[in-house]
Amino acid sequence: MRLAHLATLIAGLFLASAALAFEVEDRRLFEASPQRSVLKVISTADLDVFTPIILAFQADNPGIAVDYTVTGTTDLMRAIHDEGAQFDLAISSAMDLQTKLVNDGFAQAYTAPASVLPDWAIWRDHLFAFTQEPAVLVVSDAFFAPGEAPRNRDELITLLRENPDRFQGRIGTYDVRTSGFGYLVATQDSRNSEAFWRLMEVMGRLDAKLYCCSGDMIRDVASGELALAYNVLGSYAASQLQTTQGFRIVRLSDFVNVMLRTSLIPANAENVEDARAMIDFLSGLNRRADLVTASGLPGIDSAALQETPSLRPIRFGPGLLVFLDQLKRQNFLRSWESSLVQE
Amino acid sequence: MNPRNSIRGRLFLQLVGVAALLSLAFFLVVRGVAERAAEGTQDDILLASATAIADSLRSEDGQVTLDLPYSALSMLGTISDDRVFYRVVSAGKTLTGYSDLPLADPAPALGRPAFSTLTYRGDEVRAASVVRAVGPATDSQAVVVSVAQTRLGLAAISRRITTTATGVGIGFFLAATLLSLWASHLALRPIVRMTDSVARRGPQDLRAVPSDPPEELAPLVEALNSFMARLSASLSRTEDFIAEAAHRVRTPLATVRAQAELTHRKLKKPEHKQAVREMIRAIDESSRSAGQMLDHAMVTFRADALAQDDLDLAALMGEVCDRLAPTADLKDIAIRRDLPAAPVVFKGDGILLQAALQNILDNAIKYSPDDSEIAASVTVADGLRLSIADQGRGLDGIDIAGLTTRFNRGSNVGDVVGSGLGLTIADEVARAHGGRLTIAPNDEGVGACVSLILPR
Amino acid sequence: MRFLLIEDNAKLARAIVEHLQLDGHAVDHADRLEVAENFISVADYDLILLDIMLPDGDGRAFLQQQRQREKRTPVIVTTARSAVSDRISLLDLGADDYITKPFDFAELEARCRAVLRRQGGAADNRKSFAGASLDSTTAELKFADQTIDLRNRELRLLEVFFNAPGQVFAKSHLMDRLFSFSDEVSENAIEVYVARLRKRLEGSGARIETVRGLGYRMVAV
Repeated sequence: MRLAHLATLIAGLFLASAALAFEVEDRRLFEASPQRSVLKVISTADLDVFTPIILAFQADNPGIAVDYTVTGTTDLMRAIHDEGAQFDLAISSAMDLQTKLVNDGFAQAYTAPASVLPDWAIWRDHLFAFTQEPAVLVVSDAFFAPGEAPRNRDELITLLRENPDRFQGRIGTYDVRTSGFGYLVATQDSRNSEAFWRLMEVMGRLDAKLYCCSGDMIRDVASGELALAYNVLGSYAASQLQTTQGFRIVRLSDFVNVMLRTSLIPANAENVEDARAMIDFLSGLNRRADLVTASGLPGIDSAALQETPSLRPIRFGPGLLVFLDQLKRQNFLRSWESSLVQE
Repeated sequence: MNPRNSIRGRLFLQLVGVAALLSLAFFLVVRGVAERAAEGTQDDILLASATAIADSLRSEDGQVTLDLPYSALSMLGTISDDRVFYRVVSAGKTLTGYSDLPLADPAPALGRPAFSTLTYRGDEVRAASVVRAVGPATDSQAVVVSVAQTRLGLAAISRRITTTATGVGIGFFLAATLLSLWASHLALRPIVRMTDSVARRGPQDLRAVPSDPPEELAPLVEALNSFMARLSASLSRTEDFIAEAAHRVRTPLATVRAQAELTHRKLKKPEHKQAVREMIRAIDESSRSAGQMLDHAMVTFRADALAQDDLDLAALMGEVCDRLAPTADLKDIAIRRDLPAAPVVFKGDGILLQAALQNILDNAIKYSPDDSEIAASVTVADGLRLSIADQGRGLDGIDIAGLTTRFNRGSNVGDVVGSGLGLTIADEVARAHGGRLTIAPNDEGVGACVSLILPR
Repeated sequence: MRFLLIEDNAKLARAIVEHLQLDGHAVDHADRLEVAENFISVADYDLILLDIMLPDGDGRAFLQQQRQREKRTPVIVTTARSAVSDRISLLDLGADDYITKPFDFAELEARCRAVLRRQGGAADNRKSFAGASLDSTTAELKFADQTIDLRNRELRLLEVFFNAPGQVFAKSHLMDRLFSFSDEVSENAIEVYVARLRKRLEGSGARIETVRGLGYRMVAV
């Protein structure tokens, strides 16, 4: 009896260690017939966002089956960096984490054909951006009549400070401790202006609600539970506009951080050929208006960026590693917590 | 141009060799300097980054803490897309960063940063380290900040530099080669000029080469001049010798002949007269032999350095006919001249051609019967043809080719005085001028026709 | 004719002088240029025979001087030198002709005749007999209204007769006169030439008479 117990325990331990620890949110196998190869993709984008893209890719590249796994930004990082999980392509909205993966040697190079992506959208031939998604302000129609929404951060700060009763407990933003995207845009915000800390301060005093995910934030704004949500993923919000009523998107005029969603080929990828084909396909996303509409992801478009100077794409570079530094992160979170989480 | 046998070739090759060495040296130096500059740039940026990080160190409640400046790492992305690693160590413990990044050895000192090149995570990286004293003066801690970067960007720059340096090196080498070609050509121009001036001289010109040659050629010119002087002396000695030999042979013969002729005149008895006649004939034969041998020597001597006089061949033939007319007259032989009215221009050695024609005509007179006619003509056809046709015994059955070899007499001239050198001399003169001698049966019936054919 | 022989070789000179005298000419002999100059200053000569190589100087200088003299006596140069160039330059210098030693006297005679003919015949070289005259220089036989050009051998033969009309000359003597030492001829050749002469003389006052057993002689018709 005890022996069998012991054996089960050991087997269980063995299995546990064999199983990967990162959390899988979703997974689907997109089959192809006849099937020549399988492309294993790990991504932070939801299936309903990415499915049209995958299907279109398969239409252009028949014979490739796609095994698509959805997970969170931190989990994706852990899977590749710490656990050595085997995937052919890693797609993430966390530019900083992707950068660290490349910097630490977990990605491989691919010299993509020139003139598809602009130079600033590729880093070291390892990271390939394929969307430019702004961080926006989402406001509730119930709270703000058309034209009443604040236009820049100063106005927002002033508005919140002068109307504490109206907005008490009615502000939402990312919990940067858990949301990778939230952390990224918050730290980029802190670089761009000192208004950030003032805003955090005022939001904290108003008992801002902290969310892990864009979806929840938008739902609460749409339902009127939140007056506004700050630093929401614009692409997600835009796609939600089609199905949900009650909110609208505001791009602040002082500056808008633009996140570039990136893909990389892990160093231990097996199906490198198909991974490269997918990268090439994603690079041309901007030219597929149907996919842009279907997925809600705007493709790389230099012209659009030039038109609106307030749009600031987050630049590639080792700078993105800075806020991943443990001390730096500690300091930032401490400051952030002291502002937003006031007991 | 066989390089081994040509000064210009050797000079050119040597210059090219030097150019190649210089190009190589230049390439190495440029590359070395440029690479060191690039490395210096990387080192400078790494140092700036490490310094920026070190500047943000603070002591809080006795703890060393760090507010990593964004610029410290973002600046590393400005010159290249290399991977970046950093590590901050305080009191032997890694405060933050990549804990497995090797520390610089030797360690940096205050105010003296340390640089090292090491292998990390499979790539070669360059690390800069600085040390700072953090905290209150009495209780400061030494904190080491290391910032490292892979060298791929540097490698790319190095490749670009190498390519450029190679291109410049090759360009320099090609330019140097062309210049070497030109320089070696120029350097040898004095020699070429001197060669030309000597080559342009006529065959008789043995004057000293005008001096003032380049220093290196002076000994050669001197030797050449002394050689020419000796040659000139030797040549005139030979000429003198030939003339002297003629004189010494002929003068005693002249005396003997004159006396013999006199004696013959006075003798009555036919058998005595016959004997003296034979004696005179022997004298004539030896005299003619001597004369022809000396003529032949002179021809051989002159043929090597053929003069280029402006001649009128028609006039020349006329003069020869005039000269030998009395001799022909003695046998009642008439010399008929078929000469063109206009001058027949030719560049050659007048003396040799006259000697040749004289020998042919003398031959014709000797072998023609009395009362016959000799036709002397000059015609212009493919070549210039000087012909003398006689009505003598003809050449039937005679080896014509052999007739002109030295001392060969025709088989049917047994009892006529004369050595066989006449036609040999004419043949040699013809050949010296690039022409030939032909001997054919006289197309007017009897006799032979000897022609000197010269190229136009 | 009057010859001046300038020759330093005594034996040769003696032979030449004797030969010319036997031919009926007058000859003065100088063995040096200096002596020759003296001779020339006192006498007139029809022809000068000059040995180009003389002990007291090259004969060339003498030639050049001769050229400049008013009364130009023709010069035939005798030379033992072989160089053709020498021959040419001699003619350039002013020699009228040259003959190389050893020479045949018949040739010398022929050349002298040629030179004198070219000069214009100052010397009186005419002999007459029975209304016919023979000019040795021009090789012309004149009689009545005819002028006949004689060929060399005809002339030489006729000269013998005209020099001593009436004298009988043996065939052998005439042969000596007619043929050179290199010719090998029979006596019959003489008859051929005599026949020719007879033809030439037809119509003149002279004729050649055969003297049986002795030879020939020229007599008046």
